[in-house]
Amino acid sequence: MDGPRIGEQVRTCLVVDDSSVVRKIARRILEELNFQIIEAENGERALDACRRAMPTAVLLDWNMPVMDGHEFLLHLRRLPGGDLPKVVFCTTENNVDHISRALEAGADEYIMKPFDKAIIAAKFHEVGLIAAAMPA
Amino acid sequence: MNASDYEYLRKLFRDHSGLDLSADKQYLIESRLLPLARKCGLSSIDDLLQKMKGGSSRHIAQAVEAMTTNETFFFRDKAPFDHFRDTMIPELLKARAGRKTIRIWCAAGSTGQEPYSLAICLKEMSAQLAGWRTEILATDLSQDVLEKSKAGIYSQFEVQRGLPIQLLLKYFKQNGELWQINAEIRAMVQHRQLNLLHDFSQLGTFDVIFCRNVLIYFDQDTKINVFNRLARSLEGDGFLVLGAAETVVGLTDVFKPCAEKRGLYRPTGARAAVAPMAAAAMPRMAAIGGR
Ligand SMILES: C[S@@+](CC[C@H](N)C(=O)[O-])C[C@H]1O[C@@H](n2cnc3c(N)ncnc32)[C@H](O)[C@@H]1O
Repeated sequence: MDGPRIGEQVRTCLVVDDSSVVRKIARRILEELNFQIIEAENGERALDACRRAMPTAVLLDWNMPVMDGHEFLLHLRRLPGGDLPKVVFCTTENNVDHISRALEAGADEYIMKPFDKAIIAAKFHEVGLIAAAMPA
Repeated sequence: MNASDYEYLRKLFRDHSGLDLSADKQYLIESRLLPLARKCGLSSIDDLLQKMKGGSSRHIAQAVEAMTTNETFFFRDKAPFDHFRDTMIPELLKARAGRKTIRIWCAAGSTGQEPYSLAICLKEMSAQLAGWRTEILATDLSQDVLEKSKAGIYSQFEVQRGLPIQLLLKYFKQNGELWQINAEIRAMVQHRQLNLLHDFSQLGTFDVIFCRNVLIYFDQDTKINVFNRLARSLEGDGFLVLGAAETVVGLTDVFKPCAEKRGLYRPTGARAAVAPMAAAAMPRMAAIGGR
């Protein structure tokens, strides 16, 4: 229903989280929303992926080894074409301070963990990535 | 639950709240009434039924409330709120330039996400609305949801469904895992218990009525009755907003859909003779509704 129709280009979502379990859950939900998934376990890997090909969307954890989500985002927004992906934070950091810093760094939306399909769908709808908040 | 108990309850719910249950909803009734029985200190649904059949209006009212579905979220379906900001309010700013007052009614406000979404929209438009008086009335059958609505306190899950993160930051105060909507926004919404089956003409006339995701539970005659009475409570150039699965088409000609604006309806000026479905059928609820 919200998926790529014939003639439309495939939409990709880069899932950045150091937990493989979280990446797997996110992957399942986002595949149901018809995204093609790329995974990265930290900000540095995620930047590499973005340099290769800009994704349509990024689902981004905050606390990760090597490079955290906030730093990744600051770098991403300076890359050529790095303003295009919709970036949705998805983190246990759930206070006003972190949320403000994320928005200042150029995040489009912010999910406070734990998340489920309803929340991801609502937030992706919010930033215009999918047509309906609760696809059947 | 035996068949005659089920029929008793079906009729009771239809008469009291409009809820139209099909013949196979025993499980639904049981899943809602058993917790209620326990809460009332009763050991079974049978005991609860006995109280209800004995005429205990308190138990009846609680059972009716327990059967309501209160699911809602901020900016639900999004489009109606875009229409509110881009179509309804701009039109009303012209049409009401004389009296500079806009009255809005959320006829099934549930836990407050809908009326507060409207309040936030108005707040975001305060530059255009300077010098105007706006009023948002949120009503619901259920006293419990009204209490929650008044408090304006939501879980992390609730504030993440439909509410853009910027608006969360701007209009809510965090308290641990809970978020409370600012006093200023809360003060924009008046609350009142009201059963849509009862007379609501005393509320006066409104410029905008949001009546979403409540009529879907009613049978056809009840829907028609409520539509016809809503038409009398709406200004001739006002707006009615229904839920995504609701329509007036095929039911009444007192409203017509707005082309290109899903969920939006305007009065046609046609009038139908109507009386409330349940005038004074329930003295207790009617009394509360009147306050
Ligand atoms: C699913 S909620 C809809 C909330 C909101 N309008 C929305 O669309 O998100 C339905 C609400 O209708 C209320 N309700 C059910 N029957 C009613 C009646 N006869 N009169 C007034 N409210 C009623 C319920 O208590 C519940 O809060």
